[in-house]
Amino acid sequence: MTILFRSVKELVELAVSQNKLISEIMLEQESLVTKRSREEIMAQMDNNLTVMEQAVERGLKGVNSVSGLTGGDAVLIQNYMNKGNTLSGELMLDAVSKAVATNEVNAAMGTICATPTAGSAGVVPGTLFAVKNKLNPTREQMIRYLFTSGAFGFVVANNASISGAAGGCQAEVGSAAAMAAAAIVEMAGGSPQQCSEAFAITLKNMLGLVCDPVAGLVEVPCVKRNAMGASNALVAADMALAGVTSRIPTDEVISAMYEIGERMPSAFKETAQGGLANTPTGRWLESKIFGGAIKQ
Amino acid sequence: MKFKSVFDIIGPVMIGPSSSHTAGAARIGRLARELFGRQPKWAKIHLYGSFAETYKGHGTDVAIIGGLLDYDTFDERIKTSFEEAERVGLEFEFIPEDAHADHPNTAKLVIGDDEGVMEITGISIGGGKIEMTEINGFPLRLTGQHPAILVLHEDRPGSIAKVATSLADYDINIGRMEVSRKAVGEMALMVIEMDSDVDEKIMLEISALPHITQVTRIVD
Repeated sequence: MTILFRSVKELVELAVSQNKLISEIMLEQESLVTKRSREEIMAQMDNNLTVMEQAVERGLKGVNSVSGLTGGDAVLIQNYMNKGNTLSGELMLDAVSKAVATNEVNAAMGTICATPTAGSAGVVPGTLFAVKNKLNPTREQMIRYLFTSGAFGFVVANNASISGAAGGCQAEVGSAAAMAAAAIVEMAGGSPQQCSEAFAITLKNMLGLVCDPVAGLVEVPCVKRNAMGASNALVAADMALAGVTSRIPTDEVISAMYEIGERMPSAFKETAQGGLANTPTGRWLESKIFGGAIKQ
Repeated sequence: MKFKSVFDIIGPVMIGPSSSHTAGAARIGRLARELFGRQPKWAKIHLYGSFAETYKGHGTDVAIIGGLLDYDTFDERIKTSFEEAERVGLEFEFIPEDAHADHPNTAKLVIGDDEGVMEITGISIGGGKIEMTEINGFPLRLTGQHPAILVLHEDRPGSIAKVATSLADYDINIGRMEVSRKAVGEMALMVIEMDSDVDEKIMLEISALPHITQVTRIVD
């Protein structure tokens, strides 16, 4: 099997030495590994992009989850934006609302594309569809955004983890936000090295984030963590484009995330035993949804 | 490398809410059906760890049944799979277990019909990816690093040699192989890890060999 890169360092070096985009290296590797044509691979990613678009659209109309814990916040944020008096800016809140929209659809058992997981599926499309309005990318560039995200996610998945049960929320929303930051930089015309810096800056600020879902559902706090993941990605992308670099190399940040995940108590790894899940209100909601006594 | 494709990261397209607890669960059900080779008439589904704790909220139950009905991760019918199961005569029961399993997301499916019974254990390792860990009580010690196929066959002299010869004819090198059987002359299985992938043509050729019941790709 032909793997072109196993680390971010190798990925960036390949892109720089061959004067190619990160997304291009990912496309080439995919074609080598799966022995499928470029057209086939692009078409599949195009389909994933369509799924993401439809999920955002559906979420912005307002949905409710089966448990009733989440839904409708994307609509609230869009309505607020439409009044034209936001503090953090329209693009930022647009990304936030679209990340929320996607995860609200996910919680309502709607159709989404996992990026890299379902619980963190809002960050990559949320930022993409917000940045789109500013950068006016072609359809191909939008598809490339997903390959750039995927290239970084590929390194994380193989060297650390993208699962909340294995590494906490830092592995899910943390990875998603860092992947999105790198993709924003490429779409905005930044260099492969700047993509890597944006990735590192984002992930460093998500380290230690626990996975403590109320009642074990992918709702509270997952939906809002996607919102904040999207905002983190945008700020880090701007910082990297401004020339700010990470003092700790990207691959070492990924190793740190892995180590933190390994040493994190299991109560904070998607077991609904600790953190927000274990607050009095968290426990009360759990017993309300599933019946049974309130756990101590 | 456990994750090989960009679509393991950007994907799968799926019904929410959880890639490990919904999409992965659907894939475990679907692979079990594929290994069984037909629609089972009944299923007893044992859930362990996080699967046992949170299966209702994550739709793990409807997803596994959906998988047994051959639905893909994005099939909207997953949500109503219980009704469909009743319509096609698939009886099922979920049994949350207290026992500790090696992986937090483990499901053991015992499925059957008038012709036979099969027991399959799968784990959901994140992002919708799954691994089979046990079949009919036989542990599948897969590294997940190489393509692997599972061959169900009758325990007859020469059947193992014929499969190995078939692979050799296509210049496919076997890295690891395990064989096992229930009893002399009965159902047996081979798990074969190879250095390169097998295509549909080779799969068909192997399934056409004498005494071979079924060939399934378990790791891409």
